[in-house]
Amino acid sequence: MAFDEQAKRTFNVVGTRVPRPDGIDKVTGKAAYGADITAPGMLHGRILRSPHAHARIKSIDTTAAAALPGVKAIVTSADLATPEDAGYADIAMNCLARGKVLYDGHAVAAVAATSKAIAKQAIRLIEVEYEILPHVTDVDAAMQPDAPVVQSGRALENVPAGMSQNVTTHCVFGHGDLEAGFAKADKIVERSFKTAATHQGYIEPQACMASLGSDGRGEVWCCTQGQYMVRSNCAAVLGVEESQLKITASEIGGGFGGKTSTFIEPVALALSRKSGKPVKIVMSRSEVLRATGPTISTSMDIKIGMTKEGRITAARGELRYSGGAYPNSTVDMGAQAAFAAYDLEAVETVGWNAMTNRPMEIPYRAPGAPTSIYAVESVVDELCQELGLDPLDVRLMNAARKGTLSSYGPTFNEIGLVATLEAAKAHPHYTAPLGPNQGRGLSCGFWFNFGGNTCVSLNINDDGTVGVVEGNPDIGGSRASISMMAAEELGVPYDKVRTVIADTAALGFNDVTDGSRVTFAVGLAAIKAARAAINEMCQRAAKIWGIDEDAVTWVDGAAVPAGPNAGTHPPMTLAEIAAVASNTGGPISGHHEVNADGAGVSFGVHLCDTEVDPETGAVKILRYTVFQDAGKAVHPDYVEGQMQGGAVQGIGWALNEEYIYGEDGTLQNPAFLDYRIPVASDLPPIETVILEIPNPGHPYGVRGVGETPIVPPLAAISNAVSRAAGVRMTELPMSPPRLLKAITG
Amino acid sequence: MRYVKPETFDAAAAVLAAEAGVARILTGGTDVLVMLKAEVVEPDLMVDLKHLPGMREIVQEDGGFRIGAAVTAAEMGEYKALKAAWPGVVEGAELIGSTQVQNRATMAGNLCTASPAADSVPAMVTANAVARLHGPEGVRDLPVADIPNGPGKTALAKGEFITSIFLPARPDHAGDAYLRFTPRTEMDIAVSSAAVSLALDADGTVTEARVALGAVAPTVRLVPDAAAALIGSKLDDDAITALVAAAQAACSPITDKRGTIEFRTTTAGVLAKRAARIAYTRAGGTS
Amino acid sequence: MKSIPVETTINGDRTEFLCQPDESLLDVLRDRLGLTGAKEGCGTGDCGACSVTMNGRVVCSCLVLGVETEGAEIETIEGMAKGEELHPLQRVFLEEAALQCGICTPGILVAAKSLLEKNPDPTDTEVRYWLAGNLCRCTGYDKIVKAVQKAAAEMRAA
Repeated sequence: MAFDEQAKRTFNVVGTRVPRPDGIDKVTGKAAYGADITAPGMLHGRILRSPHAHARIKSIDTTAAAALPGVKAIVTSADLATPEDAGYADIAMNCLARGKVLYDGHAVAAVAATSKAIAKQAIRLIEVEYEILPHVTDVDAAMQPDAPVVQSGRALENVPAGMSQNVTTHCVFGHGDLEAGFAKADKIVERSFKTAATHQGYIEPQACMASLGSDGRGEVWCCTQGQYMVRSNCAAVLGVEESQLKITASEIGGGFGGKTSTFIEPVALALSRKSGKPVKIVMSRSEVLRATGPTISTSMDIKIGMTKEGRITAARGELRYSGGAYPNSTVDMGAQAAFAAYDLEAVETVGWNAMTNRPMEIPYRAPGAPTSIYAVESVVDELCQELGLDPLDVRLMNAARKGTLSSYGPTFNEIGLVATLEAAKAHPHYTAPLGPNQGRGLSCGFWFNFGGNTCVSLNINDDGTVGVVEGNPDIGGSRASISMMAAEELGVPYDKVRTVIADTAALGFNDVTDGSRVTFAVGLAAIKAARAAINEMCQRAAKIWGIDEDAVTWVDGAAVPAGPNAGTHPPMTLAEIAAVASNTGGPISGHHEVNADGAGVSFGVHLCDTEVDPETGAVKILRYTVFQDAGKAVHPDYVEGQMQGGAVQGIGWALNEEYIYGEDGTLQNPAFLDYRIPVASDLPPIETVILEIPNPGHPYGVRGVGETPIVPPLAAISNAVSRAAGVRMTELPMSPPRLLKAITG
Repeated sequence: MRYVKPETFDAAAAVLAAEAGVARILTGGTDVLVMLKAEVVEPDLMVDLKHLPGMREIVQEDGGFRIGAAVTAAEMGEYKALKAAWPGVVEGAELIGSTQVQNRATMAGNLCTASPAADSVPAMVTANAVARLHGPEGVRDLPVADIPNGPGKTALAKGEFITSIFLPARPDHAGDAYLRFTPRTEMDIAVSSAAVSLALDADGTVTEARVALGAVAPTVRLVPDAAAALIGSKLDDDAITALVAAAQAACSPITDKRGTIEFRTTTAGVLAKRAARIAYTRAGGTS
Repeated sequence: MKSIPVETTINGDRTEFLCQPDESLLDVLRDRLGLTGAKEGCGTGDCGACSVTMNGRVVCSCLVLGVETEGAEIETIEGMAKGEELHPLQRVFLEEAALQCGICTPGILVAAKSLLEKNPDPTDTEVRYWLAGNLCRCTGYDKIVKAVQKAAAEMRAA
């Protein structure tokens, strides 16, 4: 049968709030996360880390550690391969430092021992001789020509000569005549901004159990956003073949992008290869903060011109990002996203990345976008204030819409920005009265969304139930959403479908769970796998009925004759077809493998009311409302959950979260006590309004929703605080000392 | 590490006095186990005292309260008469950490950790609290204000430990309050803090005052000038202005990851002002 | 270091174990007794993922020594459901989608149960302050607070 590629508009399962399949295990403590399994004969691995921000490793003496009873293996970078590919080489060098340590917390050596206590003792017995080198942790300082060089020879070809060797990346996006645009403006505001690096702050530290034999065959159990990514990285870093590594993703205790790379799995494999035993490594919170993915830290200049009516005439941004001690292209995404919400005649965004002695940046929810959009939305708000204009009206007047040439090149298809802005304007929050020392802020947000490589296998079981096999760790309810879409397409109840996540040996390659891609791309592949199974089931029915297979169609979970000419056969349900499958050609399944595109960008608008204590600089979030285009909300609870969770992460970024480095380049706050993620009592309810502007690139109109919600809070809160305090804030976080200083002058 | 549960206070003092290595007392464990995990302090000897007589009891004595050294902050909050008499002391204790930490943390432990930012200490100091110590030389009483010697240092002799803290009787028309500044609403260390204890006469004039500041000096700082600014007043604007000035003048903080010198100094004055107003209202004053 | 024998009661069952004197209750539960429902998010009492009750009070099991539990009554997430029957909090957390990744969920459920035993009718603010020591990075807490309140209402009506 043929399928109508036009987006489906009526749903039985999609859009309902069904229970999640992993729910019981997660509320009873049974669910197995990264650190929750053990293996017979297992050893405990532990990693020695650099106490210095930047130093040459002159020697590593493991003699005393190796002599300690119970120590079974010690590894350094000499035990890893030297991948030719620069990306894999960086991962190898980040897993165990080679020649130099590049940041406080950089892994230097690791041990495996029969107990945690012995491993801890052994680590202290490893003697490392360091030659301390000058360090740099600030992005602006790192770009100075005389700055300490973190790594040399890493700049891309388009970086102009004569800059610091720390500058690795340069990009330019935009169109139109800037000079003419600024000449038409009645008011131009130009501001500089800085933002601190933040951490994803997942509550589950990285953990893995690894086993690797001398024959190169191995297995890893780990908490990751992508088991195939772990396989590729481990194969390259260990110098073994991908086919010989089987990686199983555990339940994952949060990731937000932070678990899209590898830190400990190759080390555990190397220890296992050397000791001949399975090795478990669990990171401590302090290791997580010192050595896994913080975001970029930034310095930015934004200039925008506006007519007195509120039309933007020209806009320019210059972004300086640091992605830590390695080359990094997050600034590309920041530069592309910066002005995406606007329909502009003249716009240019220039980006630079500079290396600093900080940990390797790892993506965090919409990587690059929250900071650049914070700076842009702050300047737009200041222009509105200066010109006495309503900030929502100004956004609506300048909003990108279908047909807009975006600031980063593509022309937008169906997008939901205008609808989202209108929903915000109509919401009672926008006109609610404010008291003294209170202010209201808003910001638009944007994320590209992503599709990517995806495989789904869908099996029709002989009892009429359905198994879906997919390859992306479920980080926020995706097994439920994928089952819902499969059930919808097949026309069977949700509870007849079970979705499981395959290990790397059981299914073809899948990109990591990132880019808000899973509900979109895995959902799309599940729908198409279901269609393949439906085709097969229609053929089986045709065979049973003795009619042409084109004369059978699928309606409400059953094969039926396509029309009167096909004869009068009663419908055959999925269960009936499945029950006799062995007589009609054998097991029935459907597959779909795709590198999906058409993800469909997503816009959001956040409204925030704050109250500032003018005597202490304390900020209270009084009210918060999130408006977002979800395309089609497959499971509205989980869409709301993404909107709320992203908003609160953004609140943390805006107010208190930051990487604080001392004069010596060491991280001052590697604990949840001083790396302050929001606690329940800091927050009001987070209200949500879901808009559904269907994405033409998905059969059900789905857009990714996970990343957009972290983008607007930074500016929404900064704008609210700036209006409440009567002073324009240009640095994040707006921690109380910083805000009080701005207030008191 | 050795873990011991001595059967008497004397035995505890003896084992502590005899230890050549690092010894720690275990009551709530909410500081010492964090230090152990962070590898900051790795005791050779851990002495658990929670089971000894009186350690987990609050008893009324001479019109005041004797609080066993292992009484948790949560237990203090549940003891209504104590909370009524010394609301500032109890709210200080109840600000230590989370609900979970409240169920373990003790004022005596908070005092012996000797952090300048300890939440329960400023209000104990303004309450004229007295710690009862047990040691190899016997029992002695020492004002709480005299116990911290600097960050992580106390006036306790080797082998000595706190068995209880005594809060004296309250006259009529008295009240106390404790406030701290933290970036988050909970789960934070005080960037600055202030405790104020007041007694009023029948017409609402302050007759006695004590003001103490936290996190603005190496130890909790009692500020007699700030107290003097309030005595004889009904917390009018001039008295408050003088209080703030005296409080800020007494600050000698550091700049670190949690706050700057300026911020700590400014907010200590603000908190002293606000705590004074709360204490005044609790004492029955109407300003 | 010599291990010390400890006898305690966990989820109503008499339990004996040997542990090192510096070993936390969390490590004992996870590594020695196979009770991995309590999670280690920080090990320093800052996240609440390891929450259990000891003698009826909710504590961070990472801030309790295993040897301290001699004679104590410990309740963990594994003891919350009675056979097939979920505790109302567990059931309502699923109905209200009050979890995403689920790593903080055991600790939050243990802490919330302890709150409702002490205060069956809390305000939203009381729920938020009681749970301030339980970090959740996924949900923004909104659905958690609503689920606790819905379960509280059900439990009051029962």
